Amino acid sequence: MDQITLKWPRSSPRWMKCSGDHGMTGTGDHGGDSEEELDAALFVYSKAPLFQDLPPEEPETVPQVNLVPTLALLLGVPVPYSNIGEVMADLFGSEGDAASSLHAQLAAYNINARQVNRFLHSYAEAAQDLPAEKLQHLQRLFRTIAEEHERLSAQAASPVLPQMEALRNRFQQYLREARAVCAESWARFHPGCMVAGCALLTSSCLLCYVASKVASRMDFSCRHFFLYPLLWGGVGVALLGLAHFCRGARADFIVLSAWGAAASQLGFFWHCWTTRPPTSHAAALCPPFEGLSLKLRLWAGPGAELPLGILLLRCSAMLSDSFVVAEGRVLPFLLVSLVLLEALRLQWKGRLDGSLLCWQLLATVGAVVVCARLSGLFQKCREETPACQSSPILGPLSSVQDPRAKNLYYGLCLVVLASVAWGTRRWLRHYGNLNSPCALVLFVRWGFPLLALGIAGYWAITSGAEEALIKLHAWVQLALEVFPRGIFSLVMAGLLLVFWKPVTVFVEGSQAPPIVSPSSEALIPQLYRRMQESLKSRLEETEDGSRAAVAAYGLGSVYSAALLISLTLLGFLLMTLHAERLSLAFLLLFVEAFALLWMHTCARALSSSAHTDPFVVPWEALVAWALAAGQFFYATGHQPVFPAIHWNAAFVGFQQGHATNLLPALLVGANTFASQILLAAGCPLLLLWPFVCETSTARGRRPKTRVQDREEHMMEMRLREAPERFSAALLQLGLKYLLILGLQLLASVLAAMILRRHLMVWKVFAPKFLFEAVGFVVSCLFLLLGLGLVMRVDCAVSKWFKQVILAQSR
Amino acid sequence: MRDTEIKRLLTANVICIFSVVVTTTVPSLFLKNFSILDTHLTWLCICSASVGVINIILHMIFKPYLSTRRYSLAHKVARFIRCCVYYFISCILFHGIIVLYGAPLIESVLETFLFAVLLSTFTTLPCLCLLGPNIQIWLRVFSKNGAMSIWDNNLQITTICSVVGAWLGAFPIPLDWDRPWQVWPISCSLGATFGYVAGLLIASLWIYWNRKQLTYKSR
Repeated sequence: MDQITLKWPRSSPRWMKCSGDHGMTGTGDHGGDSEEELDAALFVYSKAPLFQDLPPEEPETVPQVNLVPTLALLLGVPVPYSNIGEVMADLFGSEGDAASSLHAQLAAYNINARQVNRFLHSYAEAAQDLPAEKLQHLQRLFRTIAEEHERLSAQAASPVLPQMEALRNRFQQYLREARAVCAESWARFHPGCMVAGCALLTSSCLLCYVASKVASRMDFSCRHFFLYPLLWGGVGVALLGLAHFCRGARADFIVLSAWGAAASQLGFFWHCWTTRPPTSHAAALCPPFEGLSLKLRLWAGPGAELPLGILLLRCSAMLSDSFVVAEGRVLPFLLVSLVLLEALRLQWKGRLDGSLLCWQLLATVGAVVVCARLSGLFQKCREETPACQSSPILGPLSSVQDPRAKNLYYGLCLVVLASVAWGTRRWLRHYGNLNSPCALVLFVRWGFPLLALGIAGYWAITSGAEEALIKLHAWVQLALEVFPRGIFSLVMAGLLLVFWKPVTVFVEGSQAPPIVSPSSEALIPQLYRRMQESLKSRLEETEDGSRAAVAAYGLGSVYSAALLISLTLLGFLLMTLHAERLSLAFLLLFVEAFALLWMHTCARALSSSAHTDPFVVPWEALVAWALAAGQFFYATGHQPVFPAIHWNAAFVGFQQGHATNLLPALLVGANTFASQILLAAGCPLLLLWPFVCETSTARGRRPKTRVQDREEHMMEMRLREAPERFSAALLQLGLKYLLILGLQLLASVLAAMILRRHLMVWKVFAPKFLFEAVGFVVSCLFLLLGLGLVMRVDCAVSKWFKQVILAQSR
Repeated sequence: MRDTEIKRLLTANVICIFSVVVTTTVPSLFLKNFSILDTHLTWLCICSASVGVINIILHMIFKPYLSTRRYSLAHKVARFIRCCVYYFISCILFHGIIVLYGAPLIESVLETFLFAVLLSTFTTLPCLCLLGPNIQIWLRVFSKNGAMSIWDNNLQITTICSVVGAWLGAFPIPLDWDRPWQVWPISCSLGATFGYVAGLLIASLWIYWNRKQLTYKSR
């Protein structure tokens, strides 16, 4: 410091101020709430004498908020509107006698007190959390001080020093009281509520885990695990409400619902405990390897520990502000690690035997890894990392100056649109879901190209040069409204159609049994064995020789087809809400999700053994899925901070603004949580995909294990063979995914709770918690919608079977 | 027979550890301004070179898998060239994997590549020395019941530990501590080195403790 002051030129500044934003411990740590970390040094140099007499032995401690009004007034700018600090009187002394310096101080105090009074007044009008009587007291105090100040400054000719000092003290008293009132009301935490909320969240995660274990048991009863706990919850709420009512207090909605949730969870755990099977309980408690020694378990290779370990790493990364800031890089890192570990695990188990399936697995691993790396191109920077440069791709296409680059980008966007539409169609055609003449297939045939065309047209207008379109201003405005609204309504119509008639199966009735050949390229005819049997049982009286049979095209992939169509529709909708070039990120998302599904299928086929249950989705697939959802939140140009929200999305199709708040909130929410929406809704595909790809994986392994008979190709109809296992598997899948999401939410809640006194809590942890919480709700909603769609298809397929059987029996 | 084998392996491991220690301390005596953090690239080169040379020399001295057949000179040369090609390919592969993990693609290419060379020296080179340029045998050794001698076990443990160390070395990079060792790729290469040394130690101890149980089929 001395060296720096020595270097000053002759004309040194009038005053200099040097201060830290926080202190640190002896080891250099900071961010905690210890005395050393909270206190920072303040150095002031001034040409004018700072102290009238000798400086005090122990320098006084100044609240950090006092810097704001002091610096503002010293620099001659207005004090910021929301300041509640107090000027530092010592710095306002002038070089003259005591009276004139007191005058200057009083003037500064006066400005400061007026500003604080105005702020308190307008704040009290907007919010009710400051106590009214204290406000009135402050108001009275301010009025008397202001009057006295006016009186004193009027008789400036003969200042009375003691009076002025008394006035200064009263100014100080007013400002300190005002600050105390505000601090009391603002820096309020309810540790009890926080701990209770965390406990509730933890027990919910536990509930998900227990329920996912219970769901695979065959004796799952809705009454015990759903109805009774709900009743318990209702009773809990009623009791608490009654207690409140008796005391005459108003019941808080949040406390009531938390009470209800806790009571119902207690009920659930109680019923789980009472209905546990006596023998399998012991087996459920100890993992299957418990009998073996630790060394043998290590030797057998890790099972579910690896993905859960990665999930744990991801959760603990939320407790460090640097890792939250760098989360956009952390998530792809963890995803790549998880995927490579999965491949290495298969190699360790000796399953990579050089067959076609193993090469497919390696190719999908490569695809996932490359997608994860490429997704880093679309990241936005936070303001905490000044060295980082936001990707130029995130901006709107109209900001590109070079026309050739613009055309190139526009062409790329068109390629993305075409490939998404074409890919879905191609998949549906491959599995024979494009043959039926029903409305949904018509929609896929004609609506998808129309949607792609509409989006292309919309982007052409938004990215067009301003000068070229200025003559057609009115038309452009119209088109900017019409195109997106048309897209929205088409997507909505498509989604309604999917929910209304989701069956995309083409029936070809014939008397002779058709030849089921899995090698036919476009159409894979599906024989449904059970239907045949029931037909047989019904047609008992008919002659034995000619069996009635039906060829149904696309029955094997009827669930996935409906899901895929709705996912593509959602994808189109979300692409419209984003900037044009982010459609590339959406293509990456679809490719990565596809690769993850394939990888999961291949890994399952490779590691299949006698005791792997096809109805259980392994943890690694689900954790990878959740990591991808988090990764593409960042890869679509988002960050969990409020300035990074794409507010433009609210005005897509609504150039003139909105009348209500609901619609723009929905649009911005859909834009922000696009990846969570798509991946949560597509979550049931993790269960369905291995069944759909049964033929191809079986073909890949044919050299080793011969497919016993041709009727094995049942694909998703295997799920219908065991309807109660199918619904249990869906429930289990949903619960597992919820558990993963819930653990992430719990980690962010814990971070915000434990680090509530941290330096970065309002910039990093609190926004992260809010984004994570809203993302969790959105994910839950769309997970339910996805599962609901699968169940809707299930009902529709049952109905369809009845119709077919009736038609055949006639 | 077995005891001599174990003794030879332990000696080899101790010499490897010693060579790593020497590369971090000795060059500062000869080179001006040498330190691991400031002149990291030099250290990377020195460490890779010395560990590689020591590995090759140890392999020549100890000859873990003594083959009775005598090969012609041409065969030996061809084998050596194939080993070199494999080593180079493994460097490139490691470079690609590191970039896919999130390392910068264009800037600090040299750093990334030297880190890949270091990793290859810790993992691929011992494999090449011990198993020869034969991918099938490598795949066999790196599977559950693939280890057929203590040398194979040693190879498994050191390789896995080096890679895991490099992976763990990436964790401090995002932290805002502003330490000189957080710069790419210092923490990762240090992690890989620590992992390698730890792997050598763990392998020695593990093999020593389990020397009774380790019964292998003859090759």
